[in-house]
Amino acid sequence: MEPILEVRNLACGYQTQPVFTRVDLTLYAGQLSGLVGPSGSGKSTLIKAILGLVPPWAGEIRFRGKRLKPGTPPPKVGYVPQVETVDWNFPVTAEEVVMMGRYKQQTMWPWPSKRDRIAARDLLNRVGVEHVAHQPIGDLSGGQQQRVFLARALVGNPEIVLLDEPTSSSDLHVQHELLHLLADLNQQGLTILLSTHDLNSVATHLPWVVCFNQGLICQGQPMDILTPATLEQTFGAEMVVFHQDDRILIASGGTSIRHQMQRNLPPGLLKSASKSV
Amino acid sequence: MDFLLTPFRYEFFTRAILVGMMAGLLCGVMGVYITTRRMSYIAHGLSHAILGGAVLSYVLGLNFYIGSGIWGFFAALLIQYLTGRKVYSDAAIGIVTTASFALGVAIISTYRKFSQNFEAALFGNVLGVSPIDLWVVTGVTIFLLGLVFFFYRPLLFWSFDREVAQVHGVPVFAMDTLFALMLATLLVATLNVLGVTLIISAVVIPASIARLLSHRFGYMMLISGALGAAIAFLGIYISYYFDIASGASVVLLSTFIFACVLFWTRLRYRQKRQISSLHPEAKLD
Repeated sequence: MEPILEVRNLACGYQTQPVFTRVDLTLYAGQLSGLVGPSGSGKSTLIKAILGLVPPWAGEIRFRGKRLKPGTPPPKVGYVPQVETVDWNFPVTAEEVVMMGRYKQQTMWPWPSKRDRIAARDLLNRVGVEHVAHQPIGDLSGGQQQRVFLARALVGNPEIVLLDEPTSSSDLHVQHELLHLLADLNQQGLTILLSTHDLNSVATHLPWVVCFNQGLICQGQPMDILTPATLEQTFGAEMVVFHQDDRILIASGGTSIRHQMQRNLPPGLLKSASKSV
Repeated sequence: MDFLLTPFRYEFFTRAILVGMMAGLLCGVMGVYITTRRMSYIAHGLSHAILGGAVLSYVLGLNFYIGSGIWGFFAALLIQYLTGRKVYSDAAIGIVTTASFALGVAIISTYRKFSQNFEAALFGNVLGVSPIDLWVVTGVTIFLLGLVFFFYRPLLFWSFDREVAQVHGVPVFAMDTLFALMLATLLVATLNVLGVTLIISAVVIPASIARLLSHRFGYMMLISGALGAAIAFLGIYISYYFDIASGASVVLLSTFIFACVLFWTRLRYRQKRQISSLHPEAKLD
């Protein structure tokens, strides 16, 4: 597989405070990866550094082998920001938000072209929110808002999409639907990196996980790397890991929780947990 | 009918109406950016800062528009600079604008040869605009509306979501500078109409009325611009018959219209809520 994005020895921070140092990360074309870590671990900063929104202190970022100038976003990239950063009272409709993503294809006129409208409608249909195209963005549900932002990220035909905590303010059903949608898009060849602190979504839906806390801790397939030891190193808290068939379920909890579950659950279910005792 | 056309017999009044309408149109259009970006306080502060520039221009013998415009532009950039340096944005506005305003007041109090009426700068003197002022305001109107027209989509993207706009290739730092220039130009050109203390009403009120009537940015600009021009016309016109200050007349009229629209939209909202609770299957506009 060909690498599409390479981060080498990257260090970043705000004011005089470093957020992470010496990060090496490679994303391959067609990869669907989850960046997991606790709040404040630097996941958003890493994503913003890749996008050129935060200047790096050291290191380099390459897109298809070409080194990017600091502060320059990679070409053909889409970005879905955290919902907390958006002004929901802003007077725009869902369709208008999506058409913003056509900035590079725009004409000199202030009104959108027919192509812009068709592209926006197609994307809204693809993500399942065409019926709310003319509604104000603030009137939509959390899940619909995320889909509109995803449509905006996709309307410019990017090769890679970065999503910052796309499931943070959604219920389980919405999270599940969004991750399924991302998996479908990935099947069509889109490279996706999303950050989250929701381990169970990651474990269930994502084929590749990067554990991050002020630096890269490890990366790999969920079954291999989501162990109590790794999770404790990443999150700084004891975790219990359940395995059943090819599924993982992770719960936070200390020794007393683990012992309670060992008493109550069938033997063998707490495979990983028992190994760490 | 003659009675209604009496004020237009006076050239100064016709000039005042034209300048007022253009100022109202411009403030209405730009006001949509200012209110949606929560910059009303910056605009209010900058109008005070420009007084310092106006006074300094007079003392140095510079053209009022050029001197005040440059001063206002740099004040806007200085506010942005300080905001990015651990200073809260409202504090940055307070520091820059009050210091600039105080500089103007200090110069006025010490420079004995002042022949300008700075009460006009504070409260406006639309009836005193000269033919040159009319040409300046006309030129600024064409210039700013042209910028709004051709930069509509990048400015919209930048206003709604600056970070994502930057990722998509919008030159956001250039947009910051462009908007600071537009704002300074707007305030300097329209200062004669309502003055430093009242100009913010022309920026905020028509845009706020438009927000009550529309949830689309483009439509808001059209409504706000049209309202701004209409309110300026009616306000100045009414001031002739009631013999009150034109600037105050415009502000009071716009506030009255805002109150009426607010009342009407709340009434409509309550009616819709009642209907939808009685008939949940009904589709309402």
